[in-house]
Amino acid sequence: MASAATAKLYVTEAGDPLHGILAEFPGPGELYHAAEAVRDAGYTKWDTFTPFPIHGMEEAMGVAPTVLPRIIAVVGLTGAGLGFLMQYWMQGVDYPLVTQGKPYFSWQAFIPITFECGILLSAFTAIGGMLAMNGLPRHHHPLLKKERFLSSSDDRFFIAIESADPRFDPHATRALLERAGATSIELVEE
Amino acid sequence: MTSIHPDQLNAQRLAGVARGPTPPPVNDPSTGDGTLIDTPGVRPPLILNQRGFGEITDIVCGYTENKPPRWWLPAFLSAFGLAQLGGVMILYLVITGIGTWGLNNRVDWAWDITNFVFWIGIGHAGTLISAILCLLKQKWRTSINRSAEAMTIFAVICAATFPGIHIGRQWMAWMLAPVPTANAIWPNFKSPLLWDVFAVSTYGTVSLLFWYMGMIPDFATLRDRADRRLRRSPDDGPTVAPFLPVRSDKIRAYVYGFLAMGWRFSSRHWHRYEAAYLVLAGISTPLVLSVHSIVSFDFATSIVPGWHTTIFPPYFVAGAIFGGFAMVLLLLIPARQLYPNMKDLVTLRHIENMAKIILVTGMMVGFAYSMEFFIAWYGANFNERYAFQNRMFGPYWWAYWTMISCNVISPQVFWNKKMRTNVVVVFIVSVLVTIGMWFERFVIIVTSLHRAFLPGQYGMFEPSLVDIGIFAGSFGVFLTLFLLFLRFLPAFPMAEIKAVLPQASPHGLAGHGAGDDSQHAGTAHGTTKGGH
Repeated sequence: MASAATAKLYVTEAGDPLHGILAEFPGPGELYHAAEAVRDAGYTKWDTFTPFPIHGMEEAMGVAPTVLPRIIAVVGLTGAGLGFLMQYWMQGVDYPLVTQGKPYFSWQAFIPITFECGILLSAFTAIGGMLAMNGLPRHHHPLLKKERFLSSSDDRFFIAIESADPRFDPHATRALLERAGATSIELVEE
Repeated sequence: MTSIHPDQLNAQRLAGVARGPTPPPVNDPSTGDGTLIDTPGVRPPLILNQRGFGEITDIVCGYTENKPPRWWLPAFLSAFGLAQLGGVMILYLVITGIGTWGLNNRVDWAWDITNFVFWIGIGHAGTLISAILCLLKQKWRTSINRSAEAMTIFAVICAATFPGIHIGRQWMAWMLAPVPTANAIWPNFKSPLLWDVFAVSTYGTVSLLFWYMGMIPDFATLRDRADRRLRRSPDDGPTVAPFLPVRSDKIRAYVYGFLAMGWRFSSRHWHRYEAAYLVLAGISTPLVLSVHSIVSFDFATSIVPGWHTTIFPPYFVAGAIFGGFAMVLLLLIPARQLYPNMKDLVTLRHIENMAKIILVTGMMVGFAYSMEFFIAWYGANFNERYAFQNRMFGPYWWAYWTMISCNVISPQVFWNKKMRTNVVVVFIVSVLVTIGMWFERFVIIVTSLHRAFLPGQYGMFEPSLVDIGIFAGSFGVFLTLFLLFLRFLPAFPMAEIKAVLPQASPHGLAGHGAGDDSQHAGTAHGTTKGGH
């Protein structure tokens, strides 16, 4: 990507490549407004970290609606279709069985299993798609090396801006986060 | 806007500094623990004692991180022993054959299928809480949904055992699945019994996925806490056991870390997570309705008098939710008494709400009972009329009247608010409902079969010791799994509970300040223009 190529490489004083800047905010309200400020400053490679999903955070961050539900719908309907075809082929084509005085291909009797197959594939797509689109499972991340960051799973609120962002500048980005009300700011090594 | 760090919230509120929702007058006895407020416009607190985010984490993680209460090990060992009894009985059954049950040629479905329908029904309350109440935006569900979902999965495990061992040659159970075999015959897709196989296995799988996805953020919280303790004191800390010098936090960091899949509380992740959660809730809702409907098809599509009725699907679903909520209460009422601070999370309002659901679904079940009789009379079919007379006054009259007294009469005490907010009364009614719902399935299955069309087909069913042992064993399995769940897994969805706390709103503590609202309207408008 062009933006990634033009981004400068930063190194900390210790010589480690820089992942980005991590800023802590005192509460959901401050984080919400700080996120609006970062979004309006035009950053793209950044994220907020909160112990729970904050209502309306997508808008504050300018995150587009996810396509995940559409993917689930497509795969779910495919699952239902495959379930129906399976029953049709097994019962009506491969080994027709005379049971219950019904025709070999009696589609009405195939509806329950068709439905269950659709649900099953939708559920796997929902959780698998959510994880895949989030880049998970991923058992290491530069942020997780920061002890302070670990309290985002408890009661703290953070913004992290990556140095790969084309607008990233160690001084300007830091100043932006300070203006937005950060209570602590630190560098994150790669 | 000035808001304060949640850690300081409690102190500031107590000192009267911070603005917040007016604390309810707890000393008013009509509000119970402070949550039983019926005044319109006053929102009763979902969590008591104005807990902050950190306190929620500490309370919930404490259940797995601290030493278990003293009753836990004896309770676990008793439940585990009971499960072992069931295991031995199943082994005996597999070695010897189905004849060790009290089944016979007349009554060829009895306790096994009764227990199957009983357990699968219990699971339905968990899905109702996690899926249907989620779609209905019932915020109070957050405190109870994790344990109710756990109960669902354990109940499905117990349920699936029974048809599995009922098939006679248990080692041929794989033939239920549509796999290519040497004799080239596929399963009969026109049979409700096969629909049942698909419905129950889909239900079990989807419930497990839903439960697991809900736990991912909480696993991450447990991982991070263990990780932080390891970083602070790398060399010193509690070990698993004196003879096993491995730090428990190290095991926690690895196991919970593995299960958390690297979750790091990113808002971009939360965004997709919430979308996936909503979709799962949306697909679980028709799924749970379909499962018990399909279970009822096992009976309704036959021509046996007493089974051949169109009311079965809705009647079974209502009964499943009825019996399931009773089981949720049976598990949560003792748990909230025994675990520290659990009363802050599972309040009297939760108990009252569930009691109300029991009352409503109990009335639905009662309506279904009477409608079955009406149709048997109105349908003017001799065999159908006889089947229902026989239920009331035949040799199994005691089972029928146990069912009526437990399921229709006992929940009526919940019309009284004092009764449905008294945990002892609620517990007793839940016990009765659980007994009644077991007898409902027994009545449907056994009384319909034991006097089929011709007097030559008349017979009686009496349970054998193996019947009783396996049924008791299923309770052992259920309780063992539930106790392990309370001990090792996050028993409450911390992230979801934090999200419904008043201070979780980014627009002021209660989210209702006039100034904050107008400010929000402005920013939200700007966002839609500037975003994406």
